[in-house]
Amino acid sequence: MNMNLTLIGQSITFAIFVWFCMKFVWPPIVNALEARRKRIADGLAAADRGRHELELASRRATENLVEAKQKSAEIIAQAEKRASQMIEEAKTAAREEGDRLLAAAKAEIEQESHRAREALRGEVAALVVAGAGRILRREVDAQAHADLLQAIQNEL
Amino acid sequence: MSAEAHTSTEYIKHHLQNLTYGQLPAGYTRSDGEVLRHSTWTIAHSPQEAKDMGFMAINLDTMGFSIVLGAIFLYFFRKAARIADSGVPGGLQNFVEWVVEFIDSSVRGSFTGRNPMVAPLALTIFIWIFLMNLLDLLPIDWIPGLSGLLGLPYLKAVATTDPNATFGMSLTVFALVLYYSFRMKGVGGFLGELTLQPFGKWGMPANLLLEGVNLIAKPVSLALRLFGNMYAGEMIFILIAIMFSGGVVLAVTGGVLQWAWAVFHILIITLQAFIFMTLTIVYLDMAHQEHH
Repeated sequence: MNMNLTLIGQSITFAIFVWFCMKFVWPPIVNALEARRKRIADGLAAADRGRHELELASRRATENLVEAKQKSAEIIAQAEKRASQMIEEAKTAAREEGDRLLAAAKAEIEQESHRAREALRGEVAALVVAGAGRILRREVDAQAHADLLQAIQNEL
Repeated sequence: MSAEAHTSTEYIKHHLQNLTYGQLPAGYTRSDGEVLRHSTWTIAHSPQEAKDMGFMAINLDTMGFSIVLGAIFLYFFRKAARIADSGVPGGLQNFVEWVVEFIDSSVRGSFTGRNPMVAPLALTIFIWIFLMNLLDLLPIDWIPGLSGLLGLPYLKAVATTDPNATFGMSLTVFALVLYYSFRMKGVGGFLGELTLQPFGKWGMPANLLLEGVNLIAKPVSLALRLFGNMYAGEMIFILIAIMFSGGVVLAVTGGVLQWAWAVFHILIITLQAFIFMTLTIVYLDMAHQEHH
């Protein structure tokens, strides 16, 4: 228990140990700890960001889906409307065409029948004239007249 | 157990003597009766010889154990520091990082200034003192017994039971306290702190006395607290060990007591290392502050 040179020796040893610790031990460990802390913080932040982005993306996807559905329904509705419109138009056109054809046919028939009647009338008139001439030249025979008249009647 | 050959007093004295290497003057009568013709550098063979060597002697056991333990500490921590990266830590790195974080949070809690030296200083103090104290838990006859077989007259395994070791550390800390006091506050500031309070400038002598005692008490209490605790603990281990030679009943009682005291001592050795470290931080913090 005597105080001696050990006191100074211990002081020097202590100082050297502290110096060594300060130079070669403490900084690398503290730096590594700091780096790991930063890395973990970055990782957590990245995970948060990723989760947030995922949420945004899924929300956007849902929005897109809804929009697409809406649009497709619109397109279908439009197409249906267009189709019925076209059918309607076609029907109208057909009806109009039919009417026109019908009217044309009727007019032609009318014309034909008119013309036939005109021709017939001419022929009848000629026949009547011829018949009357024959009747006037010959004696009126009832029997013969009757036959004649019958023939005219038939021809009319 | 050497108690058969020695008396209890001799046994205790034997355990409290360091292995001292120093110079004995010419004409000195050694413990075995030999008279030296020339002044000789040698190992002390009795407490009286160690005492007569005076200041120019060195305790080989204190120096040896403290250097080996400090080297072990620095070896493992340096190893961990070399492999330290921000990846997944292994076992050693994990342990070292745990200790470093513990020290770092202690320093952050008590030290308000900026000084890259304080934390490594605290780490060295804590681990080194803890390791030196830890040898106290070894049964007290093992290491002296082994060294006795090698022919060494004395060996004290626990360096912190040598006041040279504790004062060596506390005086180094004190030198740092003085250095940073002068550097941070300036010569005038530090002297002003010593002389101008608490009574103002007219009470200068009283101030100087009070603050001087306050200042000197720092290293003295730091060293004596650690030394006293470890010395007393060692002494109790020695007293318990004496019981081993007193028959079966006393030996069994001694065994139980030794175990109980060792368990309690685990707390003490950690606590003393921690107190030394914390007070060092606090003293250095006070040295860094501009005003009280």
